[in-house]
Amino acid sequence: MILGGIDIVTLIATLMAASTPVLLAATGELVAEKSGVLNLGVEGMMIIGAVAGFAAAVGTGSPVLGFLGGALAGALLATLFAVLTQVFLSNQTATGLALTMFGLGLSALFGKGFEGVRPPATGKVPFGPLSEIPGLGRILFSHDWVVYLSLALVVAVWAFLRFTRAGLILRAVGENAEAAHALGYRVVAVRLMALAFGGALAGMGGAYLSLVRVPQWTEGMTAGAGWIALAIVVFASWRAGRVLIGAYLFGGITALQLQLQAAGYAIPVHLLSMAPYVLTIVVLVVLSAIHRRGVQAAPAALGRSFHAST
Amino acid sequence: MNRRTFLQTTAATAVAAAAGLPARAADPLKVGFIYVGPIGDMGWSYQHDQARQAIAKEFGDKIVTTYVENVPEGPDAERALTQLALEGNQLIFATSFGFMDATVNVAKKFPKVKFEHATGYKRADNLATYDARFYEGRAIQGTIAGRMTKSNKIGYIGSFPIPEVVQGINSAYIHAKKVNPDVEIKVVWAYTWFDPAKEADAAAALIAEGCDVIMQHTDSTAPQAKAQEAGNVITFGQASDMAAFAPMPRVTSTIDNWEPYYKKRVAAMLDGSWTSESTWGGIGTGMVKIGEISSAVPAEVKAEVEALEAKIASGEYHPFTGPLNKQDGSAWLAAGATPDDGTLAGMNFFVEGIKAELPK
Repeated sequence: MILGGIDIVTLIATLMAASTPVLLAATGELVAEKSGVLNLGVEGMMIIGAVAGFAAAVGTGSPVLGFLGGALAGALLATLFAVLTQVFLSNQTATGLALTMFGLGLSALFGKGFEGVRPPATGKVPFGPLSEIPGLGRILFSHDWVVYLSLALVVAVWAFLRFTRAGLILRAVGENAEAAHALGYRVVAVRLMALAFGGALAGMGGAYLSLVRVPQWTEGMTAGAGWIALAIVVFASWRAGRVLIGAYLFGGITALQLQLQAAGYAIPVHLLSMAPYVLTIVVLVVLSAIHRRGVQAAPAALGRSFHAST
Repeated sequence: MNRRTFLQTTAATAVAAAAGLPARAADPLKVGFIYVGPIGDMGWSYQHDQARQAIAKEFGDKIVTTYVENVPEGPDAERALTQLALEGNQLIFATSFGFMDATVNVAKKFPKVKFEHATGYKRADNLATYDARFYEGRAIQGTIAGRMTKSNKIGYIGSFPIPEVVQGINSAYIHAKKVNPDVEIKVVWAYTWFDPAKEADAAAALIAEGCDVIMQHTDSTAPQAKAQEAGNVITFGQASDMAAFAPMPRVTSTIDNWEPYYKKRVAAMLDGSWTSESTWGGIGTGMVKIGEISSAVPAEVKAEVEALEAKIASGEYHPFTGPLNKQDGSAWLAAGATPDDGTLAGMNFFVEGIKAELPK
């Protein structure tokens, strides 16, 4: 299907792959923020995941183990953040920023030996004849398993937060930690788990960059993807479904501007690259307008430290 | 600022504080380099660093080399250059086009330090420029592309719309068109020298547009990796041989061979004969080398481009030989005419036949 010189099918298929790293990271960050913790270290966790995932995949020859390694490294870094902010009650914003810088430096150090190495290929999921369906086959049945996993995780997170008792507890901790504590829920334990989950997904998103999207390791290769993931969570007003829309929109604009160029359009690249951020600001303004009528988007306890004695 | 530059500032301050004196004549010559990407980019910065290692080996304890990698073009470059100068480096190579103004500024502040800026056009008494005629390599690539493409679509990943890149696009197109009149070239500007994810996406977009030849004017091997994934797409090693991707997708390469130039300039510093000049080397002087043509290239095409390479090397043929018109149809070169280097160095237009629009 061609529309204005742009192959829509290819565009959608490309943007799905291009958006997967930020989609994974944003889904993880959503869960962390829903528990009331603002972790600004997504970029750091992603790049650590990128290098660890790459190392694990090259070392073992298995991309699956690579993604697990990336997730594990991201979760470890997030646990460090969790211990600092939840046990030692350090400032979440400052600690998150420090985590990003720490991650960038550490990954550069560990990554030295992996420059110029090629990772094992992550295979596409074999759908057989399904992938031959014109149009839909390219969009729905031509991806690697991580793309499907990222989509499944969005659904799982949505269902978890909406329908399960554990999800309700997580939200209670994020809305009003004191009340949750008074009801006997272990606020710090819940937040530790939420943060570790967020870190694991960020790490996996990083591994997707180094193992599939590029595929190679280079220093600083996340190039701001973690910050975009953070913006997407706000854009999505803390809803899982909207995280998916936000991630595909952000990823889609990058893919679209490159494809528009490839199709021969002289487009204002800088304006287009700016568009998602402008949209995020618009969403924030709209949210705050709604907020005045009593609907709250951000978890009420977001960014506030909790201690059982307070 | 990254760790390295921080360490160097600290070290430089310590040295300056402890000594407070300029370097003595008996000391080894200190030679500094700044790179725009990591030396592990396997392309542009890697190649400069290979040459740095070669001179370090060649001159042994007569020189000491230092490098700072991942220096962003802009104010950070000025800081990195200043640090290198403060550290006592007497010869400093700034190896990216976007370092130009920073190098000019720092060269003014350190009149005794000699600077060398790659691919720029601003000189001073202590600032020399050097560049390679990458467009000669593009002539080879264009010929191979024109002969080998099946879709008649060539994709070109541009970094920034600057003369060096525009020369490459024009040269590739002219030579592809010469052997294949149906060929068209699609250009995607990445607006970065080094961003693997973006370069990979740009390559993917061009491949999706039907291009089965990808040329890159960016520094990482990400486009090569993307082309390899696609299977039936050919690429060319950029700046470095990128032999890890041979025989497919990388069918040959344009190698920036800085080693002889760096040796010459360091030797000139050592014997005191260094002067500010502008060097523009090509295949003939060995600054541009054509990498091994892989088995994926048909024998007759290989023979054809080898003949072309020889003619360019001997000066018998100039890749920009008239009759050539500009994109808007106005005449540029009359039949048989060739442009002077000044015109080439400021090239800011596409030649006739290219449909893409050059960003202003």
